[in-house]
Amino acid sequence: MPYPTDRKYTKDHEWIRLNGEIAEIGITDFAQDQLGDVVFVELPDVGRKITAGESFGSIESVKAVSELFAPMSGEVLEVNPALKDHPEAVNAKPHETWMVKVRLSDPQAAGSLLDSAQYETLTHA
Amino acid sequence: MVPYAGWEMPVEYSGISNEHLAVRTRAGVFDVSHMGEIEIAGKGALEAVQRISSNDASTLKVGQAQYAGLLTHDGTFIDDLLVYRMGPSHFMLVVNAANTAKDVAWISEQVKVAGDAAVVDSSSRYALIAIQGPAAREVLQPLTGVELSDIRYYWFSYGEVASARVTISRTGYTGEDGYEIFVPPNMADRVWQALIESGRHADVIPCGLGARDTLRLEAAMRLYGNDIDESTTVLEAGLGWTIGWKKVDFIGRDRLLEQKERGLARTLVGFEMLERGIARQGYAVVSDGQHLGHVTSGTQTPFLKKAIGMAYVPMALSAPGSSIDIDVRGRATKAQVVPLPFYKRVE
Repeated sequence: MPYPTDRKYTKDHEWIRLNGEIAEIGITDFAQDQLGDVVFVELPDVGRKITAGESFGSIESVKAVSELFAPMSGEVLEVNPALKDHPEAVNAKPHETWMVKVRLSDPQAAGSLLDSAQYETLTHA
Repeated sequence: MVPYAGWEMPVEYSGISNEHLAVRTRAGVFDVSHMGEIEIAGKGALEAVQRISSNDASTLKVGQAQYAGLLTHDGTFIDDLLVYRMGPSHFMLVVNAANTAKDVAWISEQVKVAGDAAVVDSSSRYALIAIQGPAAREVLQPLTGVELSDIRYYWFSYGEVASARVTISRTGYTGEDGYEIFVPPNMADRVWQALIESGRHADVIPCGLGARDTLRLEAAMRLYGNDIDESTTVLEAGLGWTIGWKKVDFIGRDRLLEQKERGLARTLVGFEMLERGIARQGYAVVSDGQHLGHVTSGTQTPFLKKAIGMAYVPMALSAPGSSIDIDVRGRATKAQVVPLPFYKRVE
């Protein structure tokens, strides 16, 4: 699966798509493949502040639980309501399945994240 | 692939849920060649097995198998195993891969005391291929002259599968009907390929360690290292049925008898999560901030579609219906004790 060029990536295998100061956050195809069948996504409440590099939720597959790490800092505006009943969407369409929408405190900070080519290189390392 | 007890093992082929459901509804094929085999033979073989195994091997006919514990003097588990009676004075123990060396050392030491028998680690002589699920028989039958319907549950027979000399055992670790096929390693691939080919029309698929774990947990089969180990007794683990009380003696008997008379302080129970969250091995069982026990196995099961697990809890909380809380990464999450097994196949 190609990594879309309309967004940025982290070494923790999250993607973030910016639209001005609003951003959507999800996990990459590589991440979902490593996790296996996703059965539960635990996300923060709307209004919560999340901090770059820190855990903002967790994702559970049949075999394991993993933390979700915030690529950038901001305030949660929305959580994807479809994930409550259909967590498997993360496996089926990882790059279309956003988990949270965030109002970024510093949109310029995106410059330090990986672009799709850099991220892809990382997954082959 | 993951390293596992010195083997490279596949966790999943097509996804744990997919593989799990295949076994519950059709059949799946597992390569479980990592399992260890230890043979005990000689004039004193029965006495030796009786001494080291919790169960009563004298009740086994030739061609029959039983589940048992290999116990410490405290009645706790060095390992759990299947005891196969190959002949009147010849037994084969099928043990956990990670424990094989430890088991062989322990058994050899104990057999010296028991008398005239040889103990041989024959793990390298056997690969082990399992086919499990409601379609197991119809997939395996065309590959063998052995009449599979003649093999009763927990019995075994000899014959050929895909022209390889094998032992076919009607056993498994999934809660489904099925067979485990002991085959010389150089013929293992042939048997594997034949099963996959024969099962193609029924959509039978290869299954890995991941599905093996979720399947056995639904069936409440204990996993060594999770649910049982050298700190848990047979009685605490709810496996009292594997104790041959009528035997004259066996290692661990005195302590188990003592525990039986005194009563247990804790026991292994099954639970279902009532709130969203999945309990995992090592999570604490809590109540009002008090630590009461720990989760030994837990997952979200693909077939029952519930978050389930097993945990050691004080006796006061062990009755089905009891409310417990599981500390899921800092959050007390409600769960309820339920009867085991979680899943039982319809005969």
